[in-house]
Amino acid sequence: MPAPAQHRIIFKHIDEPGYTNDIDCYLRNGGYEVLKKSVTRKPEELIDEVKKSGLRGRGGAGFPCGVKWGLVDRKSGKPIYLIVNADESEPGTFKDRYIMHQDPHQLIEGTIISCFANNVKQAYIYIRGEMPEGARILEKAIAEARAKNFVGPNILGTGYSCEIYVHRGAGAYICGEETGLIESLEGKRANPRIKPPYFPAVLGLYQCPTIVNNVETLCHVRYIAEHGGEAYSKIGTPGNTGTRIFCVSGHVQRPGYYEFPAGTITMGVLLNDICGGPLPGRTFKAVIPGGSSAKVLRFGERYKGKRKVGPDMVDYDWGVEDVPMDFDSLAMIGSMGGSGGVIVMDDTVNMVEALANINAFYSHESCGQCTPCREGSLWMKKISARMVHGEARPQDGALLKSVADQIPGRTICAFGEACSWPTQSFIIKFKDEFDAYSEVKKTLPADRTVLV
Amino acid sequence: MNLKPETFQRIDEVITHYPVKRSATLPLLHLIQEDAGYISDEAIAWIARKLELELINVLEVVTFYPMFRRAPIGRRHVKVCRTLSCALKGGYKTCETFEKEFNTRLGTNHISPDGEVTIEFVECLASCGTAPVVMIDEKLHENVDVAKAKQLSDQIKAEAAARK
Ligand SMILES: Cc1cc2nc3c(=O)[nH]c(=O)nc-3n(C[C@H](O)[C@H](O)[C@H](O)COP(=O)(O)O)c2cc1C
Ligand code: SF4
Ligand code: FES
Repeated sequence: MPAPAQHRIIFKHIDEPGYTNDIDCYLRNGGYEVLKKSVTRKPEELIDEVKKSGLRGRGGAGFPCGVKWGLVDRKSGKPIYLIVNADESEPGTFKDRYIMHQDPHQLIEGTIISCFANNVKQAYIYIRGEMPEGARILEKAIAEARAKNFVGPNILGTGYSCEIYVHRGAGAYICGEETGLIESLEGKRANPRIKPPYFPAVLGLYQCPTIVNNVETLCHVRYIAEHGGEAYSKIGTPGNTGTRIFCVSGHVQRPGYYEFPAGTITMGVLLNDICGGPLPGRTFKAVIPGGSSAKVLRFGERYKGKRKVGPDMVDYDWGVEDVPMDFDSLAMIGSMGGSGGVIVMDDTVNMVEALANINAFYSHESCGQCTPCREGSLWMKKISARMVHGEARPQDGALLKSVADQIPGRTICAFGEACSWPTQSFIIKFKDEFDAYSEVKKTLPADRTVLV
Repeated sequence: MNLKPETFQRIDEVITHYPVKRSATLPLLHLIQEDAGYISDEAIAWIARKLELELINVLEVVTFYPMFRRAPIGRRHVKVCRTLSCALKGGYKTCETFEKEFNTRLGTNHISPDGEVTIEFVECLASCGTAPVVMIDEKLHENVDVAKAKQLSDQIKAEAAARK
């Protein structure tokens, strides 16, 4: 069977020969026409289009964008801010960087349309510190757009003014969490804020109402403003509208990024038909479907239950390969679609060692405010690293899980969940490997790929 | 503070981006580190005065964010991604290759004997599809296997020799 064709609306021009990131190229391809049209409409109409579209945020949580915009406090009399979350640092995720490097004006147009719809006069793009080139490209693109009156004072003679500035982070993953990001933008440590009361829509940047959206989400808004919410909602499946960009990495023949209507392809089609299957002579063992925080799936396991198809409830009985790639299906089988980062591991990988790598990441990135997260992530790292580099004991799996189980629900931000899910899921699904590691370790090839 | 005139200019400009001066803390730290190579005690005090903050407000930021350094490093900064997708594709071997080539150890507290490089492990660089990846100063290099790591090392050495 040939691989199904991609449906690229956001990555339309990514890697297109001859397509450059300057404004002239963007204008030649119809750039800023949507903005010109949008500023002649009523802002409420644009918000309605986004609501109708069913667009869900692409930063990780999949929260409906129109609902988020609906929560913004518009009566406070304070200015409303919009922040573009360009912190892209969830391991396994690599889509926003390509948009910013290769098609920055798409993001700027989407941002200004979103600002106009929400009466925002000041937007910030919070970009990872590790993307200095991306920051320069965006700054140049904003300057070009300002010179053409798409950004800045009195945009296109409408009387509406809006500035965009680029703000660089400095190497801390927690700045991706929206309230940590806001603290960081205020010039402080990126310690996430407690919700309630600090919902950004009400008390965000400088205690003003604030919208935080992911880079890709705002590009979808541009598309919705062009084609209408109704048309957008017909792409994908009900509840999971539009396209999704899957970033596939690890042990497949053709890693990379692929854009498809949400929910129309399964994990099996993605990994086998599109990414070319496992490496020669290997078989798939496990896959993390939505960034490294998402719970791991084990090839060979089955998921059963009832799900809604149209008005009916039908039984499903899926293997990993059968799961449709959308937010709801992945949540139904106990994992998540998250940021679209799909990390694939084959039968050469020892799961204890893979988990030790993930635990090192989370322990390094905890902001340290909450004791369960700071201490828990540290101990999970220490225990799993000791298993690999020192003495491993049969009871270590249970010990790791007991640490992980004490974190979620007891922390200020969702990092607590994010750091415990890998350990919990690895140990439940690969219990045999954790139990036997102390023995198996002696027989593993000495020249195997080091993971930690 | 001994900085280039254009750094002072950019500092004054960037402060205007924010309604609250304190927001300029990270941008100022970046600008000063780019110019001076690291963040000195003097720089912290200077930023605090410039933004009308307490010393601790700046110091706590410097110590929180991994990218800010308190001491000079090698002429080139080699950052190797250590996160899962890169590790699965041999990122640790890549890192080891750089360590061997420059006869030095990992960490911002090490500079290679020739003064050329400091090598560091960093977390996911958002390029996992072309793993393993390495960032040298501000440039991202993709698919850096052992052979490519050697090639990049040779390039750095050749540039160093040309300077002498
Ligand atoms: C620990 C943590 C890290 C996050 N990292 C990112 C990130 O790197 N990029 C991003 O867009 N969202 C990230 N998020 C999600 C944001 O908090 C927020 O939900 C998102 O930016 C909202 O945008 P969206 O609705 O357009 O998806 C992270 C969340 C958590 C809890
Ligand atoms: S859960 Fe972890 S990252 Fe989040 S606020 Fe608490 S300590 Fe910080
Ligand atoms: S894991 Fe190395 S770039 Fe993402």
